[in-house]
Amino acid sequence: MRLTCPICGDRDRREFYYQGDAVALDRPDGGAGAETWDGYVHLRDNPAGRTRDLWQHEAGCGAWIVVLRDTVSHEVFGVELAMSVGEAGA
Amino acid sequence: MAELTGKTPCDGLLPLEIGAVTLVEADPGRLTSVAPYRGGAEALGRALVSAHGLDWPAPNRMSVKGAARLIWFGRDMALLAGPAPAPGLAEHAALTDQSDAWAAVDLAGDDAEQVLARLVPIDLRAAHFAVGHTARTLIGHMTASITRLGPDRFLILVFRSMAGTLVHDLKTALEAVAARR
Ligand SMILES: [Zn+2]
Repeated sequence: MRLTCPICGDRDRREFYYQGDAVALDRPDGGAGAETWDGYVHLRDNPAGRTRDLWQHEAGCGAWIVVLRDTVSHEVFGVELAMSVGEAGA
Repeated sequence: MAELTGKTPCDGLLPLEIGAVTLVEADPGRLTSVAPYRGGAEALGRALVSAHGLDWPAPNRMSVKGAARLIWFGRDMALLAGPAPAPGLAEHAALTDQSDAWAAVDLAGDDAEQVLARLVPIDLRAAHFAVGHTARTLIGHMTASITRLGPDRFLILVFRSMAGTLVHDLKTALEAVAARR
């Protein structure tokens, strides 16, 4: 598997650390209810299909990236800097 | 007061000459990471040009002016190698002295590319990785900074604590490549 870092370019999977669902970019408001926070902190889907995950280019530039891919076909649809996604959502 | 003796990271490990490749400890001079503050990149770029004659490097590239090098070192970071940083740079960037934090080696010779091909998961052939190109990547299991200094010459930096492993891994690759000549 290979991922294209938006900064470094096409790299081998071994250069990347896998963090999991990119839910961390959608942090609830401080005042959100306990149920919302419980879901944010603890509950994850385990889809066979499309995922949107956070990875870090740990052995490269160090950037956090958001990777859209398919866990069944292994196709990678796109990679973005988490920083850009965060700024667009803020 | 104890008398302390300074040692370089590869003290007692180098030099090596095996086959058509030499591996020597490099002295890149003072090492300072330069990380622009948010919004400070443009002003930092101007300050670097006026103080050191160095352009801010694009990702995967190095700027050189005389004995001073500015090596791209990660997202929004470069490594100034050689001179002490001009004091004015601190207005625009976080400057961190990393001089004693890295082991630096110089790998040179006809088979240098062949040696690195055994350890590094990116294409370092000259057509893809020319003189002045640099990369943050892996060498063996270590994170590294690798820069092409010449047609058959590379500068490799790893964390200082990894110096022994770096030399061991390179020596093994040097011997394997030499055995095939
Ligand atoms: Zn990267």
